[in-house]
Amino acid sequence: MAERTPWSLSGALRGMFTKPTIDANTWEDLEDALLKADFGPDVTDSVVSDLRAKVDRFKTTDPKDLQRMLRETMEERLSRLDTTLHLSERPAVVLVVGVNGVGKTTTIGKFAKFLATYGRTVVIGAADTFRAAAVEQVATWAERAGAAIVRPQHEGQDPASVAFQTIEFAKLHGTEIVVIDTAGRLQTKGGLMDELGKIRRVIEKQAPVAEVLLVLDATTGQNGLAQAEAFIQHAGVTGLVLTKLDGSAKAGFVLAVQEKTGIPIKLIGQGEGINDLTGFTPHVFAQNLVG
Amino acid sequence: MATFGNLSDRLAETFKNLRTKGKLSPADVDATVREIRRALLDADVALEVVKDFTGKVRERALGDEVNKALNPAQQVVQIVNEELVAILGGEARRIQFAKKPPTVIMLAGLQGAGKTTLAGKLAKWLAKDNHTPLLVAADLQRPNAVNQLQVVAGQAGVAVFAPEPGNGTGNPVKVAKDSIKFAIDKQYDVVIVDTAGRLGVDADMMKQASDIRKAVDPDEVLFVIDAMIGQDAVATAKAFQDGVDFTGVVLTKLDGDARGGAALSVASVTGRPIIFASTGESLDDFEPFYPDRMASRILDLGDILTLIEQAQSAFDEGEAMKMAEKFATDTFTLEDFLSQMQQLRGAGSIKKMMGMLPGMGGMKQQLENFDEREIVRTEAIIQSMTKAERQNSKLLNGSRRVRIAKGSGMTVTDVNQLVQRFEQAAKMMKTVAKGGMPNIPGMGPVPGAHGGRKQVAKKKGSKSGNPAKRAAEDAARAAGIKPDAAPVTAGGSGFGLGLGKGKSAPGAPSEEELASLQKFLGR
Ligand SMILES: Nc1nc2c(ncn2[C@@H]2O[C@H](COP(=O)(O)OP(=O)(O)OP(=O)(O)O)[C@@H](O)[C@H]2O)c(=O)[nH]1
Ligand SMILES: [Mg+2]
Repeated sequence: MAERTPWSLSGALRGMFTKPTIDANTWEDLEDALLKADFGPDVTDSVVSDLRAKVDRFKTTDPKDLQRMLRETMEERLSRLDTTLHLSERPAVVLVVGVNGVGKTTTIGKFAKFLATYGRTVVIGAADTFRAAAVEQVATWAERAGAAIVRPQHEGQDPASVAFQTIEFAKLHGTEIVVIDTAGRLQTKGGLMDELGKIRRVIEKQAPVAEVLLVLDATTGQNGLAQAEAFIQHAGVTGLVLTKLDGSAKAGFVLAVQEKTGIPIKLIGQGEGINDLTGFTPHVFAQNLVG
Repeated sequence: MATFGNLSDRLAETFKNLRTKGKLSPADVDATVREIRRALLDADVALEVVKDFTGKVRERALGDEVNKALNPAQQVVQIVNEELVAILGGEARRIQFAKKPPTVIMLAGLQGAGKTTLAGKLAKWLAKDNHTPLLVAADLQRPNAVNQLQVVAGQAGVAVFAPEPGNGTGNPVKVAKDSIKFAIDKQYDVVIVDTAGRLGVDADMMKQASDIRKAVDPDEVLFVIDAMIGQDAVATAKAFQDGVDFTGVVLTKLDGDARGGAALSVASVTGRPIIFASTGESLDDFEPFYPDRMASRILDLGDILTLIEQAQSAFDEGEAMKMAEKFATDTFTLEDFLSQMQQLRGAGSIKKMMGMLPGMGGMKQQLENFDEREIVRTEAIIQSMTKAERQNSKLLNGSRRVRIAKGSGMTVTDVNQLVQRFEQAAKMMKTVAKGGMPNIPGMGPVPGAHGGRKQVAKKKGSKSGNPAKRAAEDAARAAGIKPDAAPVTAGGSGFGLGLGKGKSAPGAPSEEELASLQKFLGR
């Protein structure tokens, strides 16, 4: 992998945590660091006042204590939800949704590989029948991951019917896990959001949906919440995938997403390579974030 | 395009609060600046840009220009707008074509920003303008990016140079370099180089982008950035500026509801202009970026700024001050009334002015019924009065009114109505100018008007707790414009300016509209 020199929140916070004592600047620095990490003004306010209260309560002036409290707060807030993937049905159907370009198809490639390393058989449904060369792209990933693929029979085929045929394929061949790629869509496009609902209903006629994964790009700002809310409403999202965490973005907006929607982060994407996908571990995330 | 809608809402909300105050105190300014700061952060404007921006607005808002003004809220609208436009780049810039073709345009940006789709849009747009663009597949990284560009080129009906299959095979720097020779040989006049998405923190990939730039010596390097991006816009933009020194910016996915603060961040931090806006998945969803329009869009006040400008040129500030003074001291005369009417006409067609207000809806329809000849009639009546009569309407007894009616070719009833309207208006304006509540006989309640306070709720006339709004509503009413569908029995036509007998349309005009109207009326 290429050499990375990430900017980190810990970088932004380093100065304040190495100072001898907590002072007025500490709080402003903390606020700035959180805002710059995309936590947004609401969450930032609540985190800062939480920590102020704690610092008062424990009568500490040591920035090291504050750093530990920040890490704990983050970890505690991030670990309130169950992050396990539920894939026990057979076939277990996973629908992958999100706005344009967030990394759905790449995630599917990595996820298929991830499942294959656990000995699961996977079939990918190429239900993005809209974007140019989307089918070829996901087919390339299927090949890399050693997964089967069901392609549309003709260009612009109804994505719901591709999903249907993929599940048929899985039933016929006893494939354990079905992963459906969908076209990227902005959450404001009513017609396209309804289409997701339809895909879901068509799938449910054949098999229960095990997981609906919403892919969120770590570089996203406060719009991430609007994305989550709309996709939850239309597609019944059960888990979040956070991609592009290998970049400089801190993805602080996911805290608000988790807290306002109650949907847990389940997977993390950290690169364009097939192995750059991991499960979500709150303490690792908090550690990386705060240092 | 509902771009920046949410930021607009926030700012509109801020200004609404501002309008409840007559004059700006430093505390007001601080409160406003705090709200603007929050709105900008909610809109994903980078923190450093927010700090800079609010600092400038604060400084200017505290300056003399606001305190002297009659309507500080509108002055702040203007300051915010001017600062936004200044950051977004003032004048719109267009693509720079090479003196000697081909013009080379290189695209660069993060993964998933929308470069490939944009390449197709740009090519199609240029082809429509009789250019012969060539798309170059130099993203050899992402699986099937080459196929995607080929399909997109087909859709755009333009040529594509794709000598390498991609998916990790081939050297993008060489492809880019070879494409120039190919374009010269085949006489394509624009070369558009699509490159792989890359992270600002990926040193190797940034080096590659810089090598591609050196290889093709582009006339334009366009940094393509997703309107949904958050605070990272600054770090990323700086990294690309260092890496490929882009010459312009393209903002994508503007058809969504992202507040798009990145536009401000990137323009502000890099000083590079935003040139295009990408607004959908179809290849035609593409338009030049207009900084001034975008700034007005951020404020979401329609062409209200144009309106403020026009109104300002029509009413010089001193004049308006004098008028307010007159209202307050009870020396507002029929002559002043006439000169106001004339200024109103001087400001341009009222219909045109009102048409510029956002969300006019029902009011526009009423305006269709507005008869500008009423101004002429008012003029005729007042001009038939003696100087003394004009200065003191109390002199107007029965016989004088008959004489005036004859002189102006109107009926005595017309004269009576005019005098009555004038007296009501003068009284009402006086009350408003002193900060009180006008009490207009026969005026129905105003349902739906917001901002009403408890102690004023029982009074008649405008219920708005906002003096500016109240004055505007009353002024509107006085000008014969019904603020909403409430039953207005006696006050329907004020200042002798009947609106015709058109039915009052549903839907109250917004506070912004009324405030502008107020400004327009030179309160
Ligand atoms: N650096 C980095 N890039 C990623 C990651 N995940 C995806 N990408 C890149 O992001 C870009 C878009 O990824 P896709 O998988 O095509 O995204 P998508 O959501 O399927 O896109 P559409 O189907 O066009 O809506 C590609 O260039 C990917 O290589 C990640 O975790 N890190
Ligand atoms: Mg895809």
